[in-house]
Amino acid sequence: MTTIEQNIDEKLVPILEKVSDPEIPVLSIMDMGVVRTAIIEKGVVKVQITPTYSGCPAMDVIGDDIKSALKVAGYESEIELILAPAWTTDWITPRGRKALEDYGIAAPLGEEADKDVLLRGKRLVKCPQCGSTNTKMISQFGSTACKAQFQCSDCQEPFDYFKCLK
Amino acid sequence: MNQNLYQYILGIADNSLILGQRMGALTGHGPSLETDIACTNISLDLFGQVRSYYQYAAKIAGDKRTEDDIAMLRPEREYVNVLLVEQPDTDFAYTMARQFLFDIYHFLFLTELQKSKDLTLSAIANKSIKEVSYHQRFSSDWIKRLGDGTEESHKRMQTAIDDLWRYTDELFHQTEADKAMVAEGIGVDVTTLKDTYYEKVAEVLEASTLEVPESKYFQKGGKQGVHTEHMGYILAELQYMQRAYPNMEW
Repeated sequence: MTTIEQNIDEKLVPILEKVSDPEIPVLSIMDMGVVRTAIIEKGVVKVQITPTYSGCPAMDVIGDDIKSALKVAGYESEIELILAPAWTTDWITPRGRKALEDYGIAAPLGEEADKDVLLRGKRLVKCPQCGSTNTKMISQFGSTACKAQFQCSDCQEPFDYFKCLK
Repeated sequence: MNQNLYQYILGIADNSLILGQRMGALTGHGPSLETDIACTNISLDLFGQVRSYYQYAAKIAGDKRTEDDIAMLRPEREYVNVLLVEQPDTDFAYTMARQFLFDIYHFLFLTELQKSKDLTLSAIANKSIKEVSYHQRFSSDWIKRLGDGTEESHKRMQTAIDDLWRYTDELFHQTEADKAMVAEGIGVDVTTLKDTYYEKVAEVLEASTLEVPESKYFQKGGKQGVHTEHMGYILAELQYMQRAYPNMEW
């Protein structure tokens, strides 16, 4: 696990935890690991977020949602998108991974395992429905930029796999 | 403003913009649902990268120009993308061959750009290369599937590779902005990528039972803004909304 350098004011954590990814509503932006900074400076909250995928349309929405959540809590805010260091799936918290699984999305494997799955057809991804690893990739690209399409060969359910990004 | 840096950024960004536009145009027209989704995902990644580059270019321009103005409102002669990325989707083999011939270059280029002294460019490169590694994997797979597929798919893929080959050399031509940026430790010296590029391309082609074209007849001009006849049509579609309804937003 890569450690994240975060600078987040304790007071703001409960507010930010209520903001979620619009495409994966069960995953809070805190558990997704996209918030780098949230500090109060002269009454204004400065927030820095890092995009997951460059073209991810959710980022603009997340920015707006943070602004309005803070507004409701009585804070004005400024949102800044920062690119470095680049986001990795390692920054998803254990709680976030569990939320993904419960929602029906298989959580990202480590980098090597991910390559084994996507390149060498190994069966390591666990079906979020029945738990079997007898699964196969249908497509490297899925319903959003961050996911690949899989199918379970035991329960036959198709599901999304959150791709490892390092 | 730093004209060389501005021009250098456009040189990188325009390639991704035009290829992104080509791939995006396949929305709803891919040969299968999964491929359709893949092509549009690739397009989305490219547009995302392009946005970071144009935002940076707009900052350097330092006038009223916005990222959208730079992307949507230049005349054809001011776009400096390579000719390869504007080539049409003659069939799916062409689409994948174009993608593959660009992806291999793109990956090598971004690997080097990560070392740029310009921290914005190195950050964009560092972010983008993760996405481009997926693109490269996807297009290389299709080269193999079609090349080593049926007699018909093999023939079509070979035709596409032979036809697009003439546009590969231009990837390694240096512009004046390139030279200035290389001297400052900001830009990538593309001439040094050439040998590795052709080795990597040959590796995949051979694994796909395809022949590496021997032709040494190459086309150039895109980097100077002199494009093939396809470019006007791409821009007509790309720019229509902004020209017809200035400043419109979704």
